[in-house]
Amino acid sequence: MDWLFLAEVLLAGLGAGSLYALAGVAFVLIYKATRVINLAIGEILMLGGYVFFGAAAAWHLPAWIALPVAIVAGALVGAVVERLLIRPMLGESPISVFMVTIGLGSILAGAVQVIWGADPLRLPEFMPNTPIFIGDAYLAPKVAYGFVAAMLIIVAFALALRFTRSGVALQATAADQGAAYSVGINVSRVFSLSWIVACAIAAGAGVLVGAIGGISPTMGIFGLSVLVVVIVGGLDSMLGALVGGLLIGIVEAFSGTFLGGEYKFLITFSVLIVVLMLRPYGLFGRHEIERL
Amino acid sequence: MRIGTLKTDYAADEALFDTGLQKCLLALALAGAVLLPFLASPYWLFLACLCAINVASATGLNILTGYTGLVSLGQAAFMSVGAYTVAVLEIHLGTPFLLNLLAGGLTTALVGIAVGIPSLRVKGLYLAIATIAASVVLHFIFSHWALTGGVQGLSMPPARFFGVTMDQPFQLYWMIMPVTMLMVLGAANLFRTRVGRAFIAIRDRDISAEVLGIPLLRYKLMSFAVSSCYAGLAGGLWAYFFRVVTPESFPLVNSIFYLAAIIVGGMGTILGGILGAIFMTMVPEVLKFGAGLVTPFYPDALALLAPVRTIVFGALIVGFLIFEPQGLAEIWRRIRRFFHLWPFKT
Repeated sequence: MDWLFLAEVLLAGLGAGSLYALAGVAFVLIYKATRVINLAIGEILMLGGYVFFGAAAAWHLPAWIALPVAIVAGALVGAVVERLLIRPMLGESPISVFMVTIGLGSILAGAVQVIWGADPLRLPEFMPNTPIFIGDAYLAPKVAYGFVAAMLIIVAFALALRFTRSGVALQATAADQGAAYSVGINVSRVFSLSWIVACAIAAGAGVLVGAIGGISPTMGIFGLSVLVVVIVGGLDSMLGALVGGLLIGIVEAFSGTFLGGEYKFLITFSVLIVVLMLRPYGLFGRHEIERL
Repeated sequence: MRIGTLKTDYAADEALFDTGLQKCLLALALAGAVLLPFLASPYWLFLACLCAINVASATGLNILTGYTGLVSLGQAAFMSVGAYTVAVLEIHLGTPFLLNLLAGGLTTALVGIAVGIPSLRVKGLYLAIATIAASVVLHFIFSHWALTGGVQGLSMPPARFFGVTMDQPFQLYWMIMPVTMLMVLGAANLFRTRVGRAFIAIRDRDISAEVLGIPLLRYKLMSFAVSSCYAGLAGGLWAYFFRVVTPESFPLVNSIFYLAAIIVGGMGTILGGILGAIFMTMVPEVLKFGAGLVTPFYPDALALLAPVRTIVFGALIVGFLIFEPQGLAEIWRRIRRFFHLWPFKT
């Protein structure tokens, strides 16, 4: 057994997994606050990547301006979507809201194709290109920087959730909407805020994903892997998204390396089925008891 | 105008078609369906067959999602099971097509039962995700199994019926339309029986249904079996219609298509499944027609067709869910109500 090779695969898996975790955190944020399963998260990721491309390649903006532009675009989309599509669906069955997000994903995927065309594109290089070695193991620089950025955002986000007023309001809303209302938390503002922040995070993650793998209108597929991540980790657990993301990243890296690329989806979805059968609420999720 | 319908016994109350007008409309529709192949061009017949296949599959999904309340994003994958069964039987055994279709339906029903097993443990969205997982697994099996021809898939000979080769829309119409009609009629009748009522009870509140003495596992699996049997039959028809079955013929987006069709049409009504499937099948054709109209003024219109279709598809789902959650069936009912009282109340 070649331990160096294994270590490299592991590192690549962790790198990919950190991006899953980042997208998973965005997903969990929306689910925690609003109980909406947002299947359009993959498309919002894609939108972030494309807006970055548009700003950096078409308008020739430097990367440090283009990145905030992409994030702000994500936030705007989040705000508009929450206000126009999700708010009217308040109190409808979860399935209907779920289908609204599928429809939204379809709209975004189509819109991106209308604006930027259907061909895959490469983002302009904006990260340093010197190879990175951890011990003797080689790690692609983009993946390494992606990992660091994703981890920083997740940690900052976890701190914000814990120590800022909005973060605490969000946790209160997640725990009990009625009680949050009664202590004077503006729940609808929390809803908007969670969508804005989550979509901004997703757009940022999209730039990182696009920098590593390029962007194409089929990037929404990423959303399916994120779905596996959050189900495995538990829909309402930030820690679950982090652990699940890294776990699925590693599983994908190893199955892709040793079995072949076409096994990736099979293995991750098999993990999903096993988790659904054994712990339907995920590794770290809260087990909700249905009351009559 | 219609002034009340007096019913004097239970049989009349349970009847599918209770008024004279309904029977007349039905007879007209039937006559239209019989006459259509002699009047329409092959292109319209092609569309009619496609609509009929989609109606069959959407009705199946409606039994599961609209009537039993179990959301499935695996309808297209179930269709692929039926299509592959039919293709394999046709190629290797050459058995009559009715037999193949039945075999396709039954095989798919078995697969449906297997996929449905998690349904007792997980509900709602989790179940939808479990069915996505099942479609991923099925897709993998079909693209790696020698019997199903790997990624190239299978090309099959046309169906033969008493020496007639069914390879044109005209002949296929006579195979697809009757089968679909029988399936829809069967679905409508299902909900007049004990089993169908049990499905509805489970949808409305599964715990109450269990308290009433409905064994949940058995009936949920039964619903999965019936629904995937419909999908399998529809997939079999699809296979005879296109005669090439590949793993990419039934992508996840097709499952979303069928779910969208019953949402747009109206969940939990037979009419909704029919209207929704026809509507969603025709929308791309209308768009294609529209693109043809604007091409003289805007030459790139055809290139934009595919993304615009994606946008319209999403916008229809979102729009119907927000503005017309009961779907087309509700619009139809509203129109009917208007005419019931027409000269007196407008």
